[in-house]
Amino acid sequence: MNAPQAALCKAAKNMPVLEANERTIAAPGFAGEKETPVVRIEASRGWISLQLRELWEHRELLYFLTWRDVKVRYKQTLLGAGWAVLQPLITMLIFSAVFGRLAKLPSDGIPYPIFAFAALVQWTFFASATGRASDGLLSNAGLIKKVYFPRMAVPLARVAACFADYIPAFALLLLMMWYYKFAPSWHVVLVPIFVALATGTALGTGLWLAALNVRFRDIGYVTPFLIQIWFFVTPVIYPSSLLPARWQFLYALNPMTGSIEGFRWALLGTPTLSLGKLGTCCVVVAALLLSGAIYFRRTERHFADII
Amino acid sequence: MSEFAIHVEGLSKQYRIGERQPGYFTLRDALLGAMRAPFRRLGGRQGNTRLSAERDKIWALKEVSFDVRHGEVVGVIGSNGAGKSTLLKILSRITEPTMGFAEIRGRVRALLEVGTGFHGELTGRENIFLNGAILGMSKEEIRRKFDEIVTFSEIEEFLDTPVKHYSSGMFVRLAFAVAAHLEPEILIIDEVLSVGDVAFQNKCLGKISEVTHGGRTVLFVSHNMASIENLCEQCLFLRHGKIEFVGDAKSAIKRYITSASGNRQQRESHVVDLTTCTRRPEYPRPLLQKLEVFSAGRPLTGGLPLGAPLTLRITFRLEKPTADFHINVGFDNLLGQRVFTANTLFEPTRVYEARKGEQVFVCDLPSLPFVPGEYIVKTSLILGAMTTVDAVEDAMRLQIVESDFYGTGRSPWNGVVVLNHHWRLMPSAGS
Repeated sequence: MNAPQAALCKAAKNMPVLEANERTIAAPGFAGEKETPVVRIEASRGWISLQLRELWEHRELLYFLTWRDVKVRYKQTLLGAGWAVLQPLITMLIFSAVFGRLAKLPSDGIPYPIFAFAALVQWTFFASATGRASDGLLSNAGLIKKVYFPRMAVPLARVAACFADYIPAFALLLLMMWYYKFAPSWHVVLVPIFVALATGTALGTGLWLAALNVRFRDIGYVTPFLIQIWFFVTPVIYPSSLLPARWQFLYALNPMTGSIEGFRWALLGTPTLSLGKLGTCCVVVAALLLSGAIYFRRTERHFADII
Repeated sequence: MSEFAIHVEGLSKQYRIGERQPGYFTLRDALLGAMRAPFRRLGGRQGNTRLSAERDKIWALKEVSFDVRHGEVVGVIGSNGAGKSTLLKILSRITEPTMGFAEIRGRVRALLEVGTGFHGELTGRENIFLNGAILGMSKEEIRRKFDEIVTFSEIEEFLDTPVKHYSSGMFVRLAFAVAAHLEPEILIIDEVLSVGDVAFQNKCLGKISEVTHGGRTVLFVSHNMASIENLCEQCLFLRHGKIEFVGDAKSAIKRYITSASGNRQQRESHVVDLTTCTRRPEYPRPLLQKLEVFSAGRPLTGGLPLGAPLTLRITFRLEKPTADFHINVGFDNLLGQRVFTANTLFEPTRVYEARKGEQVFVCDLPSLPFVPGEYIVKTSLILGAMTTVDAVEDAMRLQIVESDFYGTGRSPWNGVVVLNHHWRLMPSAGS
């Protein structure tokens, strides 16, 4: 028996049983070796696939990263998850006093507090998800440099973890609806669409910012500023009906417009939401997500070298 | 070809100098770079820009090819900056090669650092799950091995304490316990065993050899030649990013040691110009200038007799007025063991005053009681508590030659240090 054969036999004899979740399940016995997955490592060139399948295979890691984020978020705070409710609540109170009472901004015919709060539930989620996704890679630099996994899991987990704040805030919104005697119509079943649109916007923006942030630390300063400006071009404190008709199309290009207006429409029965606007919103979110994911994947290979 | 677990062909990795250093590139740099680019082309006639662009790039790994068979345990040795870590990072897919390729057959798990992804705020229990998932274990797998991991780590009673309250020893125990329970087909280990206490290190080595005898393919980087020789049959010796030797561990270690000592065979001068020494890419600017060696007031050119006094004179530059600057000098033997570390931090009479520009530190060692052999002298300049600003890994080779240390004409032949000691024979009980 020559040397390679000896090695082969030795290997086959000692072949450990593959875990069931591995890509290829080895047949027992002699065939085992042939079906072992082969990974080829080389410099990637040109366009690369999004490798969503690999991301799916790492879903447990995604779950743990999300879980860690949720778990760690309010450690050593006095109020804990209470912050998730307090932040939009206090903001709403201030907005109601300033923009509702003093500035007397219109609110699509519903009480200003609930008008603002519904938008704030969406907005707070979007703003914190985008912000946290954008510095996700940097705060996990140690991980990026020492372990391989699909890097996209980091911004994804960051966005997912923000749902832990979203849920109590949403519950408070339901409470407010009960207080203001809003009986939800069947439109309520469409709420998830608008939540998904906000999530998609946050993730798409987050992927862009996170990848850019690895190379350009300026993003750390740009992000809060960007979110602040974005806030004013989104109908949170005012209804979009306030804008002249010729600006409406441009306005609809902001996907958060569709997300917030649709959310208000589905829950509180405010009027304005044309299918055109919704369609525009969906197209923009899809474009943002796709371009963000492609840019992220294309720059991913340098992350460990320059982070 | 399927007998290979790892097949590497022409693997190369290029870094731009500074890419691996903590300083980073900002948007302004990118904009400035874009603005300057046309001018650079105009000025390109002199040809110096292309030259400097080439000089800014270094090959951390150059055309490395080798094969590892299934079930083989392969050690990777080489001095610092030889490309060991880069090789492991490419094989574990953390970074991409610039050229060449590697084919890996089987499930890979890499252990480049102990405790990656540990979060201080989470408890030991929580971190076991988190770290396990990060290292690639499934939730089910972790649950199954949980008790075993806890027992191995010996920290049962602190399982529900946040790890930020752990001592560093406990932290390492827990982290290694998780890592030790990975069940990959191919295991890639960087020098992770240099942490923790000796007893635990031995336990880890035991666990690794258990793994290696379980028929797994292992690629193992270490500076500790004893553990390389103990664990590995085959060994890969890297030097300046290239493979210098592949073969059985004993010969590789021999090659490594002789090549290390063949570096600078005979020092003709007692002065070493530190600015021209090879530096690690993290410290591209030479602040350490010069190292001079003396013994008993005379310049030292050849070997130093065992137990003789040694004086080191280190000239270095401080770019800004600094009071808290330190020079560290380490003596390593050729097995990669640190024998002794001298540091200005340990000087009780040190006066801390702000200095700028060229400075000289002189270190007096009344006696150097190292076992005869060759020693690698490393030196670094540190600002504040731990910011290394310049480091030379192989500043000088110091040859310790035999001498009549004990005054008996007999020289010590093994061990690491030679200490003065005295024996007394007690009056015999019989008389």
